[in-house]
Amino acid sequence: MLMEKPSAGLWRKIKARYNLVGNSCKTCGKAYFPPRIVCRKCGRESKMENKKFSGNGEVYSFTKIRVPPDTFKDEAPYIVGVVKLDEGPMVEGHILENGTEIKIGTKVRSAFRRMYVDGEEGLIYYHYKFEPV
Amino acid sequence: MRDVAIIGVGLSKFGERWDSGIKELMAEAGLMALEDANISSNEIEMIFGGTMASGRFMGQEHVAALMSDQLGLNNIPAVRIENACASGGSALRLGYMAVSSGIHDIVVVGGVEKMTDVTASEATTALGGAGDQEWELFQGITFPGLYAMMAKRHMHEYGTTEEMLASVAVKNHANAMKNKFAQFHKNLTIEEVMKSKVVSDPLKLLDCSPISDGAAAIVLAPLDRARKFNDTPIKILASTQASDTLRLAERDSLSGIKATTIAADKAYRQAKVTPKDIDIAEVHDCFTIAEIMAMEDLGFYKKGKAGKAILDGETALGSKLSVNTSGGLKGCGHPVGATGVKQAVEVVWQLRGDAGERQVKGANIGLTHNVGGSGATSVVHIYKRAD
Repeated sequence: MLMEKPSAGLWRKIKARYNLVGNSCKTCGKAYFPPRIVCRKCGRESKMENKKFSGNGEVYSFTKIRVPPDTFKDEAPYIVGVVKLDEGPMVEGHILENGTEIKIGTKVRSAFRRMYVDGEEGLIYYHYKFEPV
Repeated sequence: MRDVAIIGVGLSKFGERWDSGIKELMAEAGLMALEDANISSNEIEMIFGGTMASGRFMGQEHVAALMSDQLGLNNIPAVRIENACASGGSALRLGYMAVSSGIHDIVVVGGVEKMTDVTASEATTALGGAGDQEWELFQGITFPGLYAMMAKRHMHEYGTTEEMLASVAVKNHANAMKNKFAQFHKNLTIEEVMKSKVVSDPLKLLDCSPISDGAAAIVLAPLDRARKFNDTPIKILASTQASDTLRLAERDSLSGIKATTIAADKAYRQAKVTPKDIDIAEVHDCFTIAEIMAMEDLGFYKKGKAGKAILDGETALGSKLSVNTSGGLKGCGHPVGATGVKQAVEVVWQLRGDAGERQVKGANIGLTHNVGGSGATSVVHIYKRAD
């Protein structure tokens, strides 16, 4: 009844989801990932330009999801976190353990990974994830 | 601007109400409120109905007109309010504004959610829409997940413990024991909460409010007409609201909810009271960590101090500040659209002295705090018996 159809949402944001392209405001200099249409500080006066992020950062908070939404029922349990990117913004993402115990402060980098497989059509969705450096 | 009073309140039994659909729940609460106000249906001028996701849960939209229809209010203007889990509190604020402005005299505010006809996974997905769909739910980040990350920061920054989290659930279940409308009538121990199944660490199943069915309703009137209907009208001293980013990660802090701080500061100024003047509070404990953060963001405790205070019983029933006397979202249940209205119903009962076994002696000033999503909306109301 409540199956998500997120594919359009994926493609609309593909530059950000695949290549970590966010933006920054020329008026005040604040950087955003994911990109924003207007700067939170400057509002109508903002001037946004694309900015590629390095993908490096550290874990600000995290948790292991054990009761997932429908789309992730085959992936659980999985770790998600809020990562503070070196350029400033904080962003949500999956965090892979790769044999390292994840803690607040763990240094991570972004990687291009499979996120989940759409059950009906077998489409594979890819996304940035984070992994310990 | 006119003073506004609550002249009638009603509540359905909260819980897994497989016997009732959305119409029956709304009628149960709504008719009780009309009877409580001793008012006839044709005196009602407008209805505001709060519901978050009736379309996802029941396939039913257009819920405010349906409320009017089911209560026999006939042809009056009806507007549905969707503000995630703060839909009810937001509906109350709009009802307050309608009466305070003088546009309407008698207004009904309803809230309803019928959540148990879908699976837990479907409910998790529907509730996930309260966050940023593109960057949170899309990546499989659920609401327990968002609050778990807030809890982890709070623990990291202030040394809050899992035992402190558990003590919120224990207190609220103890209060719910004394509320016949509550979903749960079962005392919990700290150990039981700590040993329940992990949902998103550090939050376990018993740190989470349940999936619930229920409805609540309130009748508002100008204070100067209130006594015509009711001997003990409850005056709304303040009605405030604030918003913040939908995305949790974009906020200034994860260990508190800024929208609550802003709304609370405005509310205390509007009501001309301080946190010390509040006798009872219904706060938004969708997860145990949420009550700890609420107690700090509402100004009752300094940041990092609420967890220990709750563990030490400082906010238990009958203490100087009794919190979530209804059982809160955790013990009484959390039919999301109904919650903000139900909180006001409980405060009205307490201030009238009608709260029965769980009555707080001498309760004079009450506060409600209703949060939407992970903190993108916060609504605060302050109330006092109109003597």
